[in-house]
Amino acid sequence: MSQFHQVFFEESFEGLEVMESGLLNMDPGEVDAEQINAIFRAAHSIKGGSGTFGFSDIAAFTHIMETLLDEMRDGRRLVTDRALEVLLRSVDVLREMLTAASGKGDLDEESVKAQMQELEAVLNDHVGEPASGSDIDAGSNATLHEVIGWHLVFRPLPRMMQTGNDPLRILRELASLGDMEVECDVSLLPGFAQFDPEECYLSWNIHLNGGVDRVQIDEVFDWVEDDCDLAVMPLHADAPELSEADNPTKKIIGDSALNVTEAEEPYGPDRRKSGDRRKGDRRVEQRRASAAPPSNSIRVDITKIDTLINMVGELVITQSMLSMLGENFHIGQVDRLQEGLAQLERHTREMQESVMQIRMLPISFTFSRFPRLVHDLSTQLGKKIELRMSGENTEVDKTVIEKIGDPLVHLVRNSLDHGIEMPDQRIAAGKPETGVVELNAFHNGGSIVIEIRDDGRGLDADRIRRKAIEKGLIEESDKMSDQQIYELIFQAGFSTADKVNDVSGRGVGMDVVRRNINELGGNIEIESELGRGSAIIIRLPLTLAILDGQIISVGDEIYIVPLISIIESLQVHPDSINLVAGRGEAFKLRDEYLPIVRLHEVFGIEGYRAQDLKDGLLVVVEGDGRRCGILVDDLIGQQQVVIKSLEANYGRVEGVSGATILGDGSVALILDIPGIMRLTNQSPELQLVKRTA
Amino acid sequence: MQKEPRQAVAESVTDRCRNEFLTFSLGGEDYGVDILRVQEIRGWEAVTRIPNSPLYVKGVLNLRGTIVPVFDLRLRIGMPGREYTKGTVVVVLRIVGSDGEKNIGIVVDGVSDVLNMDAAEIQRVPDFGSRLNTEFIVGMVSAGKKMVMLLDVDRLAPDTIHVQKQRVGAA
Repeated sequence: MSQFHQVFFEESFEGLEVMESGLLNMDPGEVDAEQINAIFRAAHSIKGGSGTFGFSDIAAFTHIMETLLDEMRDGRRLVTDRALEVLLRSVDVLREMLTAASGKGDLDEESVKAQMQELEAVLNDHVGEPASGSDIDAGSNATLHEVIGWHLVFRPLPRMMQTGNDPLRILRELASLGDMEVECDVSLLPGFAQFDPEECYLSWNIHLNGGVDRVQIDEVFDWVEDDCDLAVMPLHADAPELSEADNPTKKIIGDSALNVTEAEEPYGPDRRKSGDRRKGDRRVEQRRASAAPPSNSIRVDITKIDTLINMVGELVITQSMLSMLGENFHIGQVDRLQEGLAQLERHTREMQESVMQIRMLPISFTFSRFPRLVHDLSTQLGKKIELRMSGENTEVDKTVIEKIGDPLVHLVRNSLDHGIEMPDQRIAAGKPETGVVELNAFHNGGSIVIEIRDDGRGLDADRIRRKAIEKGLIEESDKMSDQQIYELIFQAGFSTADKVNDVSGRGVGMDVVRRNINELGGNIEIESELGRGSAIIIRLPLTLAILDGQIISVGDEIYIVPLISIIESLQVHPDSINLVAGRGEAFKLRDEYLPIVRLHEVFGIEGYRAQDLKDGLLVVVEGDGRRCGILVDDLIGQQQVVIKSLEANYGRVEGVSGATILGDGSVALILDIPGIMRLTNQSPELQLVKRTA
Repeated sequence: MQKEPRQAVAESVTDRCRNEFLTFSLGGEDYGVDILRVQEIRGWEAVTRIPNSPLYVKGVLNLRGTIVPVFDLRLRIGMPGREYTKGTVVVVLRIVGSDGEKNIGIVVDGVSDVLNMDAAEIQRVPDFGSRLNTEFIVGMVSAGKKMVMLLDVDRLAPDTIHVQKQRVGAA
């Protein structure tokens, strides 16, 4: 059974996503049957699955949500703001329960209970409030209140168990609907000698108490309709008044939940104060953020697998062709050999690409959490914010998906909190009352770009500058471009928020964000215009396992420069070199002065050839928004290299992001361009000239 | 040179109830490591230098697709270095660091033998005062006329390999 658990959890978490996005798309007062149906289906399959796997408390919890949704679907209940909020929070609690059930976290039973009470409260509060007095609604309400239970006669046909259905399972599911009394009819049971263990001889008389919906009962018997005789008769209360009918209903639903969960104590009568709840919610949310489950399995589009299989077929054909050729090889066949090798190379490359494809997932896995985040935060901050997302289907490496989530959450929170102004401020500034935050993802060259744009107040360079001086990060006399000032917010311990609040402003964060993104081999840039908004642009490599590299040599040593960070390579004329302060060298590339980094000095390489600048080549690279020219002896060639970790057995080396194995089996180190820039900044004799744009 | 110890390794695996040590020479002294920690013995080949690493870090090599750092054992334990010869050997060891298992290679003058002995025969390291760095030695055994110092291989990796501070420099 346990091998299905993983699938169940995966599907349930997906179901939760569906429910969440569905709930967020629903507007109070409007019944979008399709939408509610989608949410209902998701809830229903979670309930079904958790029942099957014995997570009865999850089943019971989902059941209440389902009841609420069902009533909304049938129009028996108004879709209110409150109901939506409660349902959204219930999705959170449910997620927590599922996480706990999968053994990855602790369950806060208090919050589950509180949420369950909350749900029941909604369920009961509004039962008496028919949707704008329509006749049909009133009618169905009336039936709902009159029925206090059902009498069922369930007589399975003898062949029922042969179809794979188990009456016991059905009874168990019925029991989850409410209080149940069962009588078993054994009159048809044959003598022991005639007994066929695969046939069902029993039938049952069932009294199911509680405000259970006929639909729910029918669902239980969905699978066995054709394999049994079933009679369902409603039990009516003795003409109770509408309002009084509420109470037994409420009580019984509560009881049924109790029975199923086998909770040790009944729910306390007092609902927690809203302040407490808020705290609870926050905790849930934080835990969710930290426990964003990094699953080890991956769902792959079947077409990707098919392509791969085709590719393997091709590879096998090429291989057998080559081995046939090798058996009786004579020099006249050199052409065919070369042809075969070229084919082999092509297939290998294609196969490599399709294997990489399997690791690729759409970024919507990460983006999907933001509608909820924006919804919650904008309510909390009292701002009006619209979230626009584009490029959700852009595919990125699975590792990127897992690691980019938290930094993105941080950046979006920042945009909401610091970027977008309060509605009145926006109106005063002549902007629309509703702020817009855009999340875009797209491919650009060999990298994926993720943008977070807002039309808020933008970064205030003066304020950042003043703050940085105050914190001692820069000197009063430092001359810096706006771009360089924006960079300061990535320094540890830097926050310009006037007061620290829940959302952001503690100054832990932007440095972590940058570090995370650098770890993924990406970089982060800021564009901003005061009063008009700002944009954070993250560039990430498409995949983390393989990179396109330029092989360079210095002395006897070989290094790889990631192609993505190379802007151009050139030979410099000694005339275009300027000495700065008598030591540092800079050269003019078009209208920009770039510092020259002699790799042999930074890395202490002996036997280098490029003593003189004109003997070597300058590789102009960009990292962390800065550029410089790295002096190397020679460019050797371009190659896709597989990234190997240096840290696994050794440790981090400044200026080196990893290693790879070249065709001859030797190891070459991959340069970390931002790291090299940091290294050169450390040694005073190589103090770089700041970029002057 | 390389093959004999490998055979010895293979034979000794059959008898695990006793402690076995791979011994090697280092400037006339004999050292031993727990044979179960030995992954591979290979002849010295040029490695890829790691920039700005301590002197004893010779570089990294490719061990069937993983990148393994190679330390010069002489320099690591504070002995004077020596030119590498044909007999120079790299012993690849499995060590347990603070952050999990790692593989490292150590360069030694040459491997000699496999020692088979009871745990009781291992003696404590005498106190040499401050004259000798015994930080890497866990015990000593005598094998015939020789005295073999047993290395604590887990200590060989630098504690924190943030080694930029000890720059080698271009010289």
